[in-house]
Amino acid sequence: MELKLTLNGRTVTDHIEPGLLLIDFLRSHGCFSVKRGCETSNCGLCTVLMDGRPVLSCSMLAARAAGHSIMTLEGLQEEAADFAGFIADQGADQCGFCNPGFVMNTIALLREIPDPTDDEIRAFLAGNLCRCSGYDGQLRGIRRYLDSKKADASPEKGGSHGA
Amino acid sequence: MMNIQNYVQAESLEEAYQLNQKRSGRIIGGMLWMKMARNTVGTAIDLCRLGLDTIEETEDEFSIGAMAALRQLEQHPGLNAWTKGAAARAVQDIVGVQFRNMATVGGSVWGRFGFSDVLTFLLSLDTYVELYRGGLLPLEEFASLKKDNDILVRIHIRKKPGAFVYQAMRNQRTDFPVLTCALSRMEDGYRTVIGARPGRALVLRDETNLLAGGITEESAEAFASWAAERIPVGSNLRGSAAYRTQLVRVLVKRGLLELGGKETWN
Repeated sequence: MELKLTLNGRTVTDHIEPGLLLIDFLRSHGCFSVKRGCETSNCGLCTVLMDGRPVLSCSMLAARAAGHSIMTLEGLQEEAADFAGFIADQGADQCGFCNPGFVMNTIALLREIPDPTDDEIRAFLAGNLCRCSGYDGQLRGIRRYLDSKKADASPEKGGSHGA
Repeated sequence: MMNIQNYVQAESLEEAYQLNQKRSGRIIGGMLWMKMARNTVGTAIDLCRLGLDTIEETEDEFSIGAMAALRQLEQHPGLNAWTKGAAARAVQDIVGVQFRNMATVGGSVWGRFGFSDVLTFLLSLDTYVELYRGGLLPLEEFASLKKDNDILVRIHIRKKPGAFVYQAMRNQRTDFPVLTCALSRMEDGYRTVIGARPGRALVLRDETNLLAGGITEESAEAFASWAAERIPVGSNLRGSAAYRTQLVRVLVKRGLLELGGKETWN
């Protein structure tokens, strides 16, 4: 069957098998940030944005994405670069395997809740599993990023942006 | 992973219904549970183009399309105002945001899964299912039926005035629940729903009028103990039957005290 969707801002058309999963479609189109992890819809590693909402590409038929917009980390490098350095500075991505999924879901979090509390960060990222870090590093990194944004926005403090 | 031979986005409920009459046809919801199966599906029937992904509120009811996501239940302002946040509490620990953006209310209800937070919660309200051919049916009746080839179209929650509480016990956040517990007080009395027993959720009413005089520490304790005796529970890898019996007592008591405005646990 034919599938037509928007991938990272570009229209893509391809012939697919009906049972093809979105993750396999994306990887076959060069989106290698989208990784296969648990395959039981639990780990968040394969997170992509569909029409701006985070979804698990390992559990969605590619055919269902027809006509929709799919964004992967390849298409969101600039937005990710804003805060990814802060997470790296906290040693949060030790092996790095979970990182693309975390970054994608953090983008979704910050779009939906621009100034989240720690509890809101924990709740939003609860579907992203990391076996190295215990999650504290990711939380600290996002918190530092948000604090730095506030400092930048404050005219009194004069904005010292650094990761 | 199941093997899908053909995929159709149905143009109408009638088309979906006809395709679903064949043995090899399967309606797909969020596909999160279904994809774990190792079987062959002749035609995967997708309802995603039928406008069933909304929650509509009228003066009398909430009408939830079968394809509405659990995240929509969690975030719907009207439903959460009506249930005082019980709708959000019922789903907020189901895996993660990404999962809840995909899992559908219809899939959860149609599956009648024992572990379902959604079924437990909806059974505590005045809820009906709308089937394409079967029409309107009380959810409590639907939950006890075997699956057939009809199509779940919408879920209707009638706005019967009342108070609603949701509690669940998990070994770890985002895991399957060890026990789920939803309570309500509506004009026709109290309703206690226990799920993840680990069997399908059951509804218990105040048959012995233990709560007839209102909710006090003593009446909540008495009803919770009675519920723990009445609710059949079993063992699985998440908890033993004995542990679940204790949980029934604790969660029902906590829920009742919250319902009565005595304590807040969430």
